[in-house]
Amino acid sequence: MNSKLRDIALWFDDRLQISKVWNATAGHHIPKSSASWFYVFGSATMICFMIQVLTGICLALIYQPSAEEAYASLLYLNYEQPLGWLLRGIHYWGSNFMVAIMLMHMTQVFMFGAYKYPRELTWVSGVILCLLTLGMAFTGQVMRWDQDAYWGLGIGVAIMGRVPFIGPELTHMLLGGPIIGGETLSRFFTLHVFVIPGGILALLSLHLRMVLNKGINEYPEVGKPVVKETYVEEYEAQVKKDGTKFFPDAIGKDLVFGGIVIGLVVMCAILFGPKGPEGIPDPTLIDASPRPDWPFMWIFALAALMPPYMETVVLLVGPVIGIGLMIALPFYDNVGEKKWTIRPVSVLVVIMAALSLGTLTWYGVTSPWSPEMEAWSSEPTPSHLLEGRTPLELQGAMVLQYKQCRNCHSLDGIGGKRGPDLTDVADRLTHDQLVRQVVQGGGNMPAYGQNLSPAEIAALVAFMETLHADGRLPAQRATNLQNSDRVPSLEN
Amino acid sequence: MSDECPHKPSEEKTPSADNGAPPGSHPCCCGGGGGAKKKPMSPERRNFMLKFGMGLNVAAGAMIGIPIIGYLFSAFKKESPQVWISLGAVDQFEVGKIKMATYVNPGAKPWDGKSSDIPCWVRRKSKTEFQIFAINCTHLGCPVRWFEESKLFLCPCHGGAYYENGDHAAGPPPRGLYEYENRIVKNELQVKGGQIPTLSQPV
Ligand code: FES
Repeated sequence: MNSKLRDIALWFDDRLQISKVWNATAGHHIPKSSASWFYVFGSATMICFMIQVLTGICLALIYQPSAEEAYASLLYLNYEQPLGWLLRGIHYWGSNFMVAIMLMHMTQVFMFGAYKYPRELTWVSGVILCLLTLGMAFTGQVMRWDQDAYWGLGIGVAIMGRVPFIGPELTHMLLGGPIIGGETLSRFFTLHVFVIPGGILALLSLHLRMVLNKGINEYPEVGKPVVKETYVEEYEAQVKKDGTKFFPDAIGKDLVFGGIVIGLVVMCAILFGPKGPEGIPDPTLIDASPRPDWPFMWIFALAALMPPYMETVVLLVGPVIGIGLMIALPFYDNVGEKKWTIRPVSVLVVIMAALSLGTLTWYGVTSPWSPEMEAWSSEPTPSHLLEGRTPLELQGAMVLQYKQCRNCHSLDGIGGKRGPDLTDVADRLTHDQLVRQVVQGGGNMPAYGQNLSPAEIAALVAFMETLHADGRLPAQRATNLQNSDRVPSLEN
Repeated sequence: MSDECPHKPSEEKTPSADNGAPPGSHPCCCGGGGGAKKKPMSPERRNFMLKFGMGLNVAAGAMIGIPIIGYLFSAFKKESPQVWISLGAVDQFEVGKIKMATYVNPGAKPWDGKSSDIPCWVRRKSKTEFQIFAINCTHLGCPVRWFEESKLFLCPCHGGAYYENGDHAAGPPPRGLYEYENRIVKNELQVKGGQIPTLSQPV
């Protein structure tokens, strides 16, 4: 019986050549040192991609890629289709994990010098895979056809529209027409489910093929620099000497980590559910504060913080330079030491990148530069700032509230953060400076001269002059000190 | 290899029964039985066939490829359908006030749903003078909101601010609000729309 089964198995193997393919792939030998916990991120990214393909196919069974019906079909998935909410959740969290783990994978590869000779193309294909993955994240955000998606596209249009000469054509290409509409969604749907995933599959095959062709990077050691003439020979000798099979010796760690990742994705999906859809995609409901998903939050923040004159250049040329440098990396840093402990520049690059991206993302999430559109009508004026004030000053407090100053200025930390907190403004500005600031604006504040009557300005400034911290002197002019009766004499 | 042809006679009679190989394809010296009568293709003839076949496929590829490119890039045209669209009676707009109005995207598709409603800000300067601003912030396109009391348009994204007349007041936007052309026809306000304004094509 057993030999019969064996015969059948051999018959299939003879036709399908499974064992041959298996030995050449899963069974290939790798350096023992590479069976490390540091080497699990690549396979975990791939596992996330598989989750995305699987859940994506399921979601496409219900999802309507039409501007009119997409939103309703998402609600249907969330609330009516059995387990639709869970699959949407897994798809959403899977994408978050995919981007995050991919970034870890890239960082590890960079720190371990794995991009050096002879693995240049492995790195280059990885960079393109990274861009494609970000492309999936962006187009996926558009699939969630809600207010954020709509205005997010508006942001894409505004950036495209800055391209010299062919800006208008590019926006038309992006939108499938002169205005965001049904064709835009179809376009992004096609990119999201056909074009980009196809590209990912193709490049992933190449990426894996390169790993097999050139071998996985050995665990770097100090004093073993890459030398082109001898590297391949030494690597092969190393693998021969104390190599180990990828399956079953090394794959265990990948499996453990991959399993944990899948578990975390599903857990997040169950605990936090899918994202959105949020506001209805009706452009006339403009009470929207569009925010991109987190992989793009840093760009959003950058756009707010950059000086306007460099914006266009940074938005258009920055990506080209950044991507160019990434692709060129293995060619200008082709040989030499791999161990990160003696490559301080690389460590610095990673730290700088992480800090700046992290800080920008944090700023994007809190976005202190955005006015709080409802603060003027919903936030109370702190009562201790009103006690004991004269009628004129109280009038001023009302002007401050009613003229929407609170949308950008806080009192007691409550309100917009766009401008400075006014709780102690009188410590900083004198009467004259207050008047001038209100009337003429400046320093990123609009001029209110035309919008306030002289009486309103007088009341407003009278109120603001009462706003100073306990125990602190009011602001004073730096010149003609002796003329001011409010200044304590310096002689005493 | 021995002088004797290893192929069985039966194979010659039914060459396709076994492995589907056509007669004449046996690599051995005997010429493969049935195929022995045909001469092998001459190198020139094979070359011709290869070139002809490749040429045929390039032509066929162009027959499919050119329409595909034309289809895809049909959106890549500069001219946009800017047309006059009615916003309704002039009287609904108060002199000195700013109000949101909506026009339907003239290029709308039947499946556009709500997304074909395009908002804009209408300011009635005087009895006969209007200004119509695009909703899109000139910085990165977020929808600006009008605040009547402070007479400012504020952008929720990066805090851009504009005055009542559309001029830039504060924040990162590089210019004032985009302004659509407008005209009054028979007591009806019309806007020239149909294109999302950008810095390189400010309506
Ligand atoms: S989009 Fe309006 S300020 Fe940036």
